[in-house]
This record gives sequence, C-alpha cells and structure tokens, in this order.
Amino acid sequence: MIEEHKLDRPPIDIQKYRQDFPALHQEIYGYPLVYLDNAATTQKPKQVLDALSQYYAYDNSNVHRGVHHLSQKATDQFEQARITIQQFLNAKHEHEIVFTKGTTEGINLVAATFGRTFLKPGDAVIISALEHHSNIVPWQLICDQQDAELRVIPMNDRGELILEEFGKMLDEKVKIVSVGYVSNALGTVNPVREIIQRAHQFDIPVLLDAAQAVQHIPIDVQDLDVDFLVFSSHKIFGPTGMGVLYGKEKWLDIMPPYQGGGEMIETVTFEKTTFNKLPFKFEAGTPHIAGAIGLDIALRYVRKIGLKKIHAYENELLEYAISELATIEGLKFIGEAQHRAGAISFLLDGIHPFDTGEILDKMGIAVRTGHHCTEPIMGFFQIPGTVRASFSFYNNRADVDRLKEGILKAQKMLL
Amino acid sequence: MDTKSIDEKQQEIIDEFSFFEDWMDKYEMIIQMGKDLPLIDDQYKIDSKLIKGCQSQVWMHAEERDGKVFYTADSDAVITKGLVSLVIKVLSGHSPEEIAKSKLYFIEKIGLQSHLSPTRSNGLLAMIKQMKLYAVALQQQNINT
Repeated sequence: MIEEHKLDRPPIDIQKYRQDFPALHQEIYGYPLVYLDNAATTQKPKQVLDALSQYYAYDNSNVHRGVHHLSQKATDQFEQARITIQQFLNAKHEHEIVFTKGTTEGINLVAATFGRTFLKPGDAVIISALEHHSNIVPWQLICDQQDAELRVIPMNDRGELILEEFGKMLDEKVKIVSVGYVSNALGTVNPVREIIQRAHQFDIPVLLDAAQAVQHIPIDVQDLDVDFLVFSSHKIFGPTGMGVLYGKEKWLDIMPPYQGGGEMIETVTFEKTTFNKLPFKFEAGTPHIAGAIGLDIALRYVRKIGLKKIHAYENELLEYAISELATIEGLKFIGEAQHRAGAISFLLDGIHPFDTGEILDKMGIAVRTGHHCTEPIMGFFQIPGTVRASFSFYNNRADVDRLKEGILKAQKMLL
Repeated sequence: MDTKSIDEKQQEIIDEFSFFEDWMDKYEMIIQMGKDLPLIDDQYKIDSKLIKGCQSQVWMHAEERDGKVFYTADSDAVITKGLVSLVIKVLSGHSPEEIAKSKLYFIEKIGLQSHLSPTRSNGLLAMIKQMKLYAVALQQQNINT
C-alpha cells in the first residue's frame, strides 16, 4: 500500500499541528468531533483564517488596475499566491498557473477550449472508470459537440485501472487523456507516471485531476511531465471557491480564451478584441482575491510541515485504519487497490450506507455516504453507495478507534 | 376504528419521544419501528411506486377504503423506513381532505428536522408530498365517479 517515502517510524510529532484547526476542537451531539470527511473538504488552520480576515479587514481592494496603495498591496499578495503555487507544483513558469473556481472549472476550461480547438469529428478523449462526475461530464459535453468519442479505461474489482486496456486504446485519434490521480470514492492511487509516459509516446497530452492528490502526495509537474493539472483549494486547507489549473505554456498559448470579460483582454473595440497574455487570458472578471491569498497561506502551511512527512504519516494511519476495520465482521471494503491514499470506502452487510452514516453522525463521527459523485463506480460494484471515511494528517489513531467503535455500535443497532 | 385526529396522533408521538434523553434511544426506537413496519405488497414494489431520494429509496402505495386513505410503504434504509412508519401512523386512516390539509410538525418536534431538509434529499420530504398527492388524487377520483 505504501507508495513511496515510507519512514521506519511514523512521525508522531505531526499531531501538534492539530491544534491549529479550530473546527476540530468542538463537540457534536455531546461527543468530541471525529472529522473523517476530508475528501469532501478539509478544515482550515487558523493561519488561513487569519489571512482571510486580515485581507478583508485591511487590504481589501481590486487587483491589477488600481492606482492606489491598497490595490497595489492586494495585487502583490494575489500575484505572490501564483508564485507560491508555482513553487508548490514546481511549474516552470509563473504564467502557467491559472486561477479557477476549483477543480471542476479547471477541467471544464480545458475540455471547452482544448476540445474546441483540437477535437475533430471521429477523434477521441480517454478518461477512466474511476473518475468523479466532474471529469466525465465536461468531456461528454465537448465530445457531443465535436462529434468525438469518449473512451474509458476499465478497472478491475479491486478498483485499479487496467493499464493493458489503456495501452490498446491509444491511437492517433486520441487527442487528450484526462484521469484522476487519486480516486475520491475508493482512494485508489493511479499509476499516473506510466499513464503520462504511454500517452506521450503518441504525443497525446494528459490532464491530471489532482483534487484528491495534492494534499496527500508530493507533486512535481515537471518531473511528471504532465500537460495539465487541476486541484481545489478547499481540499488542501484553503478557502472554497478557489482552484488552480496548471498548464504547460505551449498548450495554454494556443488554447483560445474560456470566458470573456474584464482582465482577460488587451484591447477592446467593437470590431475586434485582442486578448491579454498568459495567465490573464483565462482569468475573466474580478478573481477570488481572498481565495488566492488564503490558498497561498495554506500551501505555505503544508510546505512547513512537509508533504513527504504528511504522506508517510497518512500512509501509516491508513494502514492502521484498514487493519482495524478489517477485524469487523460483516464489513466489506469497496476498492482494495494496492496503492491507496486518503479514503476508505466500505459497506456493512445488510445495512444501508445512509443508516450507518446517520448513526455515526449521532456519535460525533463525520463520514460521507452515497455515491460520492461517482455513479459509474457504484454501478460497477452494483451497490447504491458506500460509507467513506477519508483522512487528513490531523487525524490520528484515536479517530480510527472511535470510527471502529461507532461502526460496531451502528451494526448492533441496525442489524 | 381509529378516531384520533392527525394532530392528536402527532402529539402522541411527540410525548412518546420526549421520554428519550439520548439520541441513541430515539434512534433505537425509530429503527425498531422501521423493522416492524409491515412490508409493502411485492406487487407495489415497482418503479412507478418509487419515491426517489438521493440516498435511500421509498416505495409507497395508497388505497382508499370507506372514504379513508391507507398507506403501505417500504424503504431500503431502515431509519428512513422507521420515519416512514411514523408518518403512516399519523396519516393512514384519514380522509383525503384531512390528509391534504394536514401539517406535519412532529418530525421537527422530535428533533429529526434534518430529515426534512431539501438538501438532505433522503426522500422523506418527497414522500410526504407524494402521500398528499395520492390523497388528493383519490379524492378527485371520488368526485369524478
């Protein structure tokens, strides 16, 4: 299960950072909160909350076009966020970082603009059986529009992609491959390096949906040689409504704008409009300035702890959780990939996941139930949904023990 | 014959639940009711009787006897089923008019209002709406015949 960076001894000192998250220190229905819904969204450290408050209280101003002091200050902070993200992903250029509303918008942006430019009738797009709806529907829309075909890399019953099948799908008709790094529903870590290498043998660019990866696994876009990568701020301790699209300059340069409006133009006349340079070409309208500043602080926070350390700690915690839950009779894991990160999905024999989730909630344990916006995965396993416990570095073994205790109690009540 | 009004029945449930201090005891009760709910006749457990919620499904059948409406239902989630059985207990055996104009406040009073949130989408809200629609439809049939 451990992918890389395994340490001999789990770094327990990471738990001191738990103190930074106010939301974790509260009681729910009389129980101390156990927050295991991190794949849906992560809690925010006080450093991020303070930065948001500071910005709105004292620095609030519009960016890029102001002549006054505060506007310059806001612009500096906003553009500093871009540099922090560039460093975080190890992107080659600052202008390869485009601010979005989130992962979903990032994928829609690429699907719409890349698709409009490069997809011709009869062409194909490859996604995988493990995708979130947000990495399925935008491609279906553009494929419908361009009369292109959507190909889906299948998975085995452990919830792992079958790479041999992927290999067979690659041909000159395929114009882009768009896959998730880590499955939000099953926690499967996909062999993205190999997927990228194989696609590149056919000169096919690859988009990585890293929404469930950036907070768990160190990512270097140049080392991966990935063409596009998207993620959401709120899943890595930053504000909601904020996201990032990384794109190689060579692609972003030749893609047309996504939305029209302010910021994204160079000059406008009624006859012709010319567009701003990268990355502003893709950033129409007043951006989420506070969101960028908050994300900047969140990424610095993660950097301070160290993603390698987080990765090793979480792997150890996930292994502990899997081994503890495996002792529960009647519990069946949904998805048992060799490489996993973040999430564990399971079902209890004879019990609807919604019932399990509701009893856990009443014991102060936050999990998610349902199809997790991955209906095709649920269809594959022929189940209505799962119970998903998803972890972050601020969780610990005591949280796992409470989860186990909660499941046993729910089982006793519901069966 | 049941002579209690819809509101009297609601009050009974509220009184019954007021004895429980602990959430878990409330849930034990609801789950037990869910398990005790007489199953819907298999012929009605079909798609056209399905009230789709986001996470759990409810099948609901209504029929009229002597001017009163009687409901049977089932759900794949037992807590939902327990709540369904409570709603049936309150509404079943009443006239379509009474059902159509009833206001169900007991769910909120017993602390389960989260089940009524439209974003929760677990079918309870849709179910109550459907039960009223059935009542109105049956009433309409009566007028027409």
